Amino acid sequence: MPGHPAMIALLLRDLKLATRAGGGFGLGLAFFLIVCTLVPFGVGPQAEMLSRIAPGILWVGALLACLLSLDRIFALDFEDGSLDLLATAPMPLEGAVAVKAAAHWITTGLPLVLAAPLFGMLLHLPARAVPYLLISLLIGTPALSMLGAFGAAITVGLRRGGLLLSLLVLPLYVPTLLFGAEAVRRGAAGMDATTPLVFQAAITLLTCALIPFAAAAAIRINLR
Amino acid sequence: MSIWEYANPVKFMRISGAALPWVVAGAAICTLAGLIWGFLTPPDYKQGASVKIMFLHVPAAMMAINCWLMMLVASLIWIIRRHHVSALAAKAAAPIGAAMTLIALVTGAAWGQPTWGTWWEWDPRLTSFLILFLFYLGYIALWEAVENPDSAADLTGVLCLVGSVFAILSRYAVNFWNQGLHQGASLSVASGERMSAVYRYPLYLCMVGLFLLFLSLLLIRTRTEIRIRRTAALQAREGRP
Repeated sequence: MPGHPAMIALLLRDLKLATRAGGGFGLGLAFFLIVCTLVPFGVGPQAEMLSRIAPGILWVGALLACLLSLDRIFALDFEDGSLDLLATAPMPLEGAVAVKAAAHWITTGLPLVLAAPLFGMLLHLPARAVPYLLISLLIGTPALSMLGAFGAAITVGLRRGGLLLSLLVLPLYVPTLLFGAEAVRRGAAGMDATTPLVFQAAITLLTCALIPFAAAAAIRINLR
Repeated sequence: MSIWEYANPVKFMRISGAALPWVVAGAAICTLAGLIWGFLTPPDYKQGASVKIMFLHVPAAMMAINCWLMMLVASLIWIIRRHHVSALAAKAAAPIGAAMTLIALVTGAAWGQPTWGTWWEWDPRLTSFLILFLFYLGYIALWEAVENPDSAADLTGVLCLVGSVFAILSRYAVNFWNQGLHQGASLSVASGERMSAVYRYPLYLCMVGLFLLFLSLLLIRTRTEIRIRRTAALQAREGRP
């Protein structure tokens, strides 16, 4: 079903909306940069200290940057009524959720993945850890977008859902963050990082397979 | 006669009202007797008197997990069979479970200080309890945030299902991340390394006591929720806001 014309149209529409003025594209990236700039002020500029905590900081920063734009996934479509049309469109709502999560990943997760090695340099991330950072972010960020879409779907009808969204979504991010940072840490220490990466891939696949159903159910409840 | 008859609020109110005094009395007797008995046990040869924290810590930790399981079952019953009492019971259980989690964390910190020399350690068991506490907070906050009661029940039900999967994932993921100080299970039936009977029997009594305490709080809170729902229905019928 990936070739469904309605899904492709929805993906293109969401990408266009996100990249046009006011779409918030690049905001997550700027936030990620600010986090990576502030950390050395907090912990001191010593290179050995920074390179030790860099894997964790980069992963937490990416996670928070992703969180920043989550409420946009459904909120605007809910306000102007497009979400009602999507729910009655000749395409399963589960598919629409998956497409919107994918659009969020392409506009938020993918730029983070591509920029992460640069920010790793700021934090003195050892060079041999960079491929692991890239791979673990590439595997892990789709799960962040998908779980975020679930949180956004739950809170879409609420007037002040932003803070609640963070409270609901952050505990769900624990396994992804844990395996992601562990993979980079092992890569930095020159150890084998296959195991955490495989676990992380398993969590992402599980999330992508099951969460669209839960998120679509939540949207149907909110649209009643 | 099927079990679903008790999902009728009138029947539930009648039966729970009749059972409540007995459950409360049982909870008071078992908890008090268990804690006093536990307090009078001899000090452990290694941990000294601090081992007595166990009589509150272990049952509270058990109830913290079992309460989430009960919420999961109640959410499933609500989602599948649409029994309102079930949804209200899940709502009523959440703050009790959060309190039990907090008791387990606080008593654990008080026990960890003399035994391990630290109030907090990022140990898998401790960490997963902290995550469980966050799940409770999110669940309670979602109930509070949604105005329509049926939507709130549905959304929290979905959250409970997804949260359960991720709570279990987190529980086993943190094993991978840190080895930890917390000991394993000491009460398994098959293992030969059980704790001495001196400690085991008061502990069993405390477990029964805290279970009955949970049950009595759950019944009281569910009855309150049903009455709130009835009041709202009466007010709506009379046209008052």
